[in-house]
Amino acid sequence: MDKRIIIKNGRIIDPAQGIDGAGDIIIEGGRIEEVLVKFPEAANKRQAALKPNIRDVRVIDAQGMIVMPGLVDMHTHLREPGFEYKETIRTGTMAGIKGGFTSLCPMPNTNPANDNPTVAAFVIKKAMAEGCSSVFPIGAITKGQQGQELAEMGLMQEIGCVAYSDDGRPVMNGLVMRRALEYSKAFGFPIIAHCEDLSLSDDGVMNEGPLSTYLGLRGVPAAAEEVMISRDIMLAKLTGGKLHVAHVSTRGAVELVRRAKNEGISVTAETCPHYFSITEKAVMGFDTSAKVNPPLRTDDDVYAIKNGLGDGTIDVIATDHAPHHADEKSLEFDRAPSGISGLETALALSLTLVEQGVLSISDLIRKMTINPSNILGLDRGTLKVGAVADVAILDAGSEFIVEPEKFLSKGRNTPFRGWKLKGVPRVVISKGRIFDIAGWKQ
Amino acid sequence: MPKDLVSIKDLSLEETESIIDTALSFKDVLKRDIKKVPALRGKTVVNLFFEPSTRTKTSFELAEKRLSLDVINFSVSSSSVVKGESLLDTVRTIESYGVDYIVIRHSSSGVPHFIAGRTRASVVNAGDGINEHPTQAFLDAVTIKEKKGGIQGLEVAIVGDILHSRVARSNVDCLIKLGANVRLVGPPTLMPLHPPAGVRVFYDMNEGIRGADVIMMLRIQLERQGKCFFPSTKEFFRYWGLNAERLQLAEKDALVMHPGPMNRGIEIASDVADSPQSVILEQVTNGIAVRMAVIYMLHG
Repeated sequence: MDKRIIIKNGRIIDPAQGIDGAGDIIIEGGRIEEVLVKFPEAANKRQAALKPNIRDVRVIDAQGMIVMPGLVDMHTHLREPGFEYKETIRTGTMAGIKGGFTSLCPMPNTNPANDNPTVAAFVIKKAMAEGCSSVFPIGAITKGQQGQELAEMGLMQEIGCVAYSDDGRPVMNGLVMRRALEYSKAFGFPIIAHCEDLSLSDDGVMNEGPLSTYLGLRGVPAAAEEVMISRDIMLAKLTGGKLHVAHVSTRGAVELVRRAKNEGISVTAETCPHYFSITEKAVMGFDTSAKVNPPLRTDDDVYAIKNGLGDGTIDVIATDHAPHHADEKSLEFDRAPSGISGLETALALSLTLVEQGVLSISDLIRKMTINPSNILGLDRGTLKVGAVADVAILDAGSEFIVEPEKFLSKGRNTPFRGWKLKGVPRVVISKGRIFDIAGWKQ
Repeated sequence: MPKDLVSIKDLSLEETESIIDTALSFKDVLKRDIKKVPALRGKTVVNLFFEPSTRTKTSFELAEKRLSLDVINFSVSSSSVVKGESLLDTVRTIESYGVDYIVIRHSSSGVPHFIAGRTRASVVNAGDGINEHPTQAFLDAVTIKEKKGGIQGLEVAIVGDILHSRVARSNVDCLIKLGANVRLVGPPTLMPLHPPAGVRVFYDMNEGIRGADVIMMLRIQLERQGKCFFPSTKEFFRYWGLNAERLQLAEKDALVMHPGPMNRGIEIASDVADSPQSVILEQVTNGIAVRMAVIYMLHG
């Protein structure tokens, strides 16, 4: 028996179709059945003509809300298998739904690593059974993320992996990276590069600059990121493989990507909310919640990243959601793991870009829906008729205070504690399944 | 004919065709009860193999004996090369024996060219590095011509490790010269970034062999595993191995070829290798006739 969902009176924004206007959406059988913009009278007629045999109808009044495609996060850590104490597929996808995300792409640095079809199948089956949202795993480029031998990327793609990355353990050997980019051409998937020259970042724990001197912490120079981006861009140019640069954090990185795009090289890039919301100053007081890799940078870098978002150099805003256990973050700064639990703050932090005039609301949604979806070759991130019914209904004006204790993620590690932000998803529909966020423990 | 056969690129279409036709007539000789002709009695050939080889060396040696040549085998393990002698000195020493032909295989590309310019003997390239293997291409052409009646206009797919394959390179030159349409099929890691002019490149094997008249499988060198050319033999076979199902995509009477030695279950499924469409053993037979033809013609 099919279910019908009718979302009425919202402001529908679907950048993939160039839609921004008032209207209704009808969902049937887990798919978008109809999008009716600007003609509410037509919607009424259409409803009258709908198949009468569907009795299970839910009408959602989205008056004053933005109705948009469910967000796609192309850079997530769900920690399962192996680190279930930090996060599980269940809790991670719940956090995602609360944040407006209906598609998550977990990175392969689990234990065992997602470097073979068996682990990939485990993640997918687990997500089907326990996940709230869709999960599209990212496989490892190399076996064991050791940077030496290619993983079975073709076989893993058949299982459902959508891209490959040795996230966090960058492929240091240039020849291996070349081969990975070449090999990807047979299958069409992108190679996602965590760009960090480990020999340059050394044991650094924060951005290298006057502040790292002041705090007496070892620094990671912007060059560690930029040297690697340069290499990978050159390899993308040589091979014709698709390169996606993860979490861009420096001015130089933005400029390198911009130049590569102007040259016509097949490269895309993402940044994360923390790289345009805060700077290295968040580290003051040795706050491990602001320890992240690449490290938080300077005001000038933040400015450059906003420019990169504005002019399209940076295609995607991803979370790099990296939940850790409180015990792990309560360690010496040098020993604490890097990462921010980001799924539940990403949208609200990104909406500040709209207020600041960096992006239009439509461009912001584009960078969190159809852009990542297109890079990964997913059929998500749009409200096109026939698409999987992934919808987020956003109360963009509603304020809230970031209280990590209320996160649905197991990871409470955030430097945004106490921030007052605007923008709360009220209802999120994932594959036709309705989640009433308001009803959740908030 | 030129003094040497080092590269197919040096040969005109007429010379190439005449080698193939001569080989076909030598094939008749090989069918006789007495398989030897006195064509080159009193002449001497040295087989100078700097790289291990059983098949090619045996094939050359048999061809030479069928032509009544005196045959000297010079293999590296027992030679002065291990004592530090330069390649050129080795060649000059051998030349001083009074040999007429030098059949040479070497792991470095360009060695036959280097030798040919420095000796009066006729040099035959039996495989140099990843560069060329001309007699393999001729024997493949003979096999195709015999089975298909001609080569002009045929769709020939060469599949596997194109990047390191001298067999592929010589076949591309030879087949294009003879008017075939050549497709190269394999993982992008084993494909030259800059493929030779006039070929079509396919990473998707199903597309690459669709409608092909001839499928030439190449040997995957297992030592390439772990060097980032492909993740595993399992994955290689899945996407670039020739199995019976995939073979259906080619023409019904498509020939299946392989230069040997085969890795069954890695680049070619057993049932395909042993199928009626497979001409792999005929390639071996034709190799002798081709090598007879080449040496005989360099004489003239």
